[in-house]
Amino acid sequence: MNEVPKNPILLASGLTKQVSVGAERITILDGVELAIAAGEAVAILGASGSGKSTLLGLLAGLDTPTAGKVSIDGVDIFALDEDGRAALRGRMIGFVFQSFQLLPNLTAIENVMLPLELAGTANPRQEASAVMNRVGLSARLKHYPNQLSGGEQQRVAIARAFATHPLLLMADEPTGNLDTATGAHVIDLLFELNRERGTTLLLVSHDESLAQRCGRRLVLSDGRLQS
Amino acid sequence: MMRALRLSLLMLARDWRAGELRILFVALVIAVGAVSGVGFFTDRIEVALAQQASHLIGADLVLRADHAPDAQFAEQARRMGLQTELILTFPSMVSHGEASQLAEIKAVGAAYPLRGRLRIGSSMAGAGKIPQPGSAWADERLMAQFGLKIGDRIEAGKLSFVVTAVLLEEPDRSGDFFHIAPRLLINRADVAATGLIQEGSRVAYRLLLAGDEKALAAFRKWVGTHLGRGEKLEGLAEARPDVRTALERSQRYLGLAALMSVVLAGVAVALAVRRFAARHLDICAVMRCLGASQNFIVQIFLWQFFCLGLVASMAGVAVGFASHAVLAQWLATLVSAPLPPPSWMPAVIGVATGLALLFGFAIPPLLRLRQVPTLRVLRRELGLPGGKGLLGFLLPMGLLGAGVVYQAGVMLGLMVLGLLVVAALLATASGMVLSRVTKHLQAATSASWRYGVANIGRRPANNAAQITAFGIAGMALLALTIVRGDLMDSWLAKISPQAPNRFVINIQSDQLAPMQTFFREKNFAAPTFFPMVRGRLVAINEKPVAPADYAEERAQHLVEREFNLSWATLPQQGNQLVAGRWWDASVAGKKLLSVEQGIAEALNIHVGDTLTYDIAGARVTAQVTNLRKVEWDSFRVNFFVVASPSVLENFPASYITSFYLPTGESALTNELVRRFPNLTVIDVAAVVDQIRGLLDKAAYAMEFVFLFMLAAGLTVLYAAIAVSSDERVYETAVWRTLGATRKQVLLSAFAEFAAIGLLAGSIAAL
Repeated sequence: MNEVPKNPILLASGLTKQVSVGAERITILDGVELAIAAGEAVAILGASGSGKSTLLGLLAGLDTPTAGKVSIDGVDIFALDEDGRAALRGRMIGFVFQSFQLLPNLTAIENVMLPLELAGTANPRQEASAVMNRVGLSARLKHYPNQLSGGEQQRVAIARAFATHPLLLMADEPTGNLDTATGAHVIDLLFELNRERGTTLLLVSHDESLAQRCGRRLVLSDGRLQS
Repeated sequence: MMRALRLSLLMLARDWRAGELRILFVALVIAVGAVSGVGFFTDRIEVALAQQASHLIGADLVLRADHAPDAQFAEQARRMGLQTELILTFPSMVSHGEASQLAEIKAVGAAYPLRGRLRIGSSMAGAGKIPQPGSAWADERLMAQFGLKIGDRIEAGKLSFVVTAVLLEEPDRSGDFFHIAPRLLINRADVAATGLIQEGSRVAYRLLLAGDEKALAAFRKWVGTHLGRGEKLEGLAEARPDVRTALERSQRYLGLAALMSVVLAGVAVALAVRRFAARHLDICAVMRCLGASQNFIVQIFLWQFFCLGLVASMAGVAVGFASHAVLAQWLATLVSAPLPPPSWMPAVIGVATGLALLFGFAIPPLLRLRQVPTLRVLRRELGLPGGKGLLGFLLPMGLLGAGVVYQAGVMLGLMVLGLLVVAALLATASGMVLSRVTKHLQAATSASWRYGVANIGRRPANNAAQITAFGIAGMALLALTIVRGDLMDSWLAKISPQAPNRFVINIQSDQLAPMQTFFREKNFAAPTFFPMVRGRLVAINEKPVAPADYAEERAQHLVEREFNLSWATLPQQGNQLVAGRWWDASVAGKKLLSVEQGIAEALNIHVGDTLTYDIAGARVTAQVTNLRKVEWDSFRVNFFVVASPSVLENFPASYITSFYLPTGESALTNELVRRFPNLTVIDVAAVVDQIRGLLDKAAYAMEFVFLFMLAAGLTVLYAAIAVSSDERVYETAVWRTLGATRKQVLLSAFAEFAAIGLLAGSIAAL
């Protein structure tokens, strides 16, 4: 059991996820307890198949739990409906995925503009190019994802994640599809931006060295979090 | 909403750039192009028909009366901006020297004819547009019978006229084929002086009216409440049912072809939207993840499709307009006057069709996109929740089906639809069977074949959809080819170059044998003679009938006038029994009738009813044993009512026949008339030529619309291949990585498509 920080930005309690495979009920998460304070950088480690992605999906409200609660900035996200959770994500959460999840028919800058456009930001192009500039891709604005290297794609994804100034950044194996050197660059960038913007970082990985850079490391095993 | 619209426009531009929307766009352009092109064309055909028909009655509208029509009609018509002209027709004896002859005198004023024109042969200088007062124009028959020359005199009543021209053609001559005596055309100013019109004279008055459509419609409406006894308004529709039938058929075919293009385009749209949805799953999931609401996502796609649909539909209308212009060019050679521009209606209908087509097929899959699990951003394998999504296509397909039935008529429509449904079912079933069978076949063949064939087994639903799409496309194309062949054949057979173009009436029974000899001598096939007795229907099932018993104008008219009744032992060539049976030897001596379907409906006559006719004062009653369908556009002699011989054979009858006279052999008719002076020969060559001309144009139009169908069919094929190509590209890449040669990959793809193509092709051919 972790110590509960004051005014946690993310709070999960009794978070349980079970799925049916045939007649069998499989418990993936078994009453997970987690509290993250604003500005913290937390890594969740775990072996393949330990349920890391499932946990992240629940914490972001992308999926619904079998039991338990998640609050983000004091809002019980499962008391909201799908659209309510989407709106909350748009306002507060930035994502970086293992497989980048850039939209293939949009250029790099358009990908970064997308969340800004969804949020109704006044000058999406201007803001997007500023953050593209920050991740060092101002020369790649009009390239399509398939014209970019893996590292460049992940930098676009990071730019997209920070573009809306989220309170909370969730990263799912951000270096999983990158070679070691590129991965290190991307991670440097991620932590730099995290520091600059004072964002809370929740990082899911099986990479111990990556986890080392976070202030707190938790291990998911047997459906529970251990520090 | 503005945000959704703005974003959807951005995405539209991006998707367009990425080539995501091209199939949709092309399919819509084709569908709208076909519908609006045919619409524009049909619009103009209507106008052309109206003009042609008006040439055939010499006006746009005719008010017929058996007495001088009240002056209010002409006054009202002029007030409404219509041109008017009163003409009188009456039979009278005319004489030249010692000889005299019954003639049909027609008295006309300066504006005659309001539509079409008079054609004269040899004439005196200054004969004018119509006969000047004191002069007359005689038709060829009257000239021949009296041996007249231009400048000779002819007497009618108290007046003597100078013959100043030979009258060859009057636009309104074809009105009544029967009881036409030779024509003498005079000036209306002379009528009174002839002293021929007295109380009790049989004078037919016709007030010719011409003007624009609005004024005509207004007059029609006004006159409806003012017609008195013996007064009747006749318009274009009533004028030439044969021309009308021919054109309606071609229009129906064109409409059907256009609609089939829409059906095909619908299949292409459905496939393309499916692909679009599959390729936008990620976008939806990512947008949901980035904070977009479900409604917002749907809004974005709806706006995107609306804009796409609007632009594509307008492009389609442009294509339709351009293609109709080509059609109209052909048509223009047929119609003398310049055509007024087509209305905007086809454009509106075209755009509506495009949007309805797009949304009909796009909304179900688009609405499903909102259900994309957001978790897909973390777990790619998550797709749309279950459900085949086929149900969503039933509604638009059903609506299109209803359209097909409406266009093609119930029988043909249901037949076409039935074939399509059978093709779809067969294709689906055989696609599934193919998947099963291929699983067993794999062991026996080379790697490439095995892989290609195995693909079919691994994507059963996708391939069933592909086979169905291919099958439907092929089926629709074949079906329409067959329908077209049928239509054209039946027309060409009916209006073959040898279709009768002369009718001979008033033949007496003792002239039948001499006439046959006459035709043989001239090396013509002896024509078939049909007996004809005139009678008026007075009772149905012994209950007297009167015009007032019927609401419909046509029915009233049918009861009012005398029918030409005929008798026969065998049904006439080209007639088709639709109810009851024809009489044979076993019922010889029984009094039986065969009635044409159309008037049976108008007068509410059924098989088993008895009809009583008044024939020259005697009453004859007989029972209806069958109803017939008659092709009025065949130019053969046809009768509304045909009796068994025993009903009419004791009444004095005259005979009628028709034959084909090649152009340039008019000497034969002249000789025929000289030999048998009482005969009336009616020349319908001009009318036949007109109709054949129209049908030729219609045939061109069909070829043209067929191109749209072909294009739509190709789009379907392309869309079907594109749907699976995404997957194929990936698999091919994996295969190549594992060391497959290019040849092996191609062979594998070939195996898969060959199997699918073979199956789809055989289903279509079935």
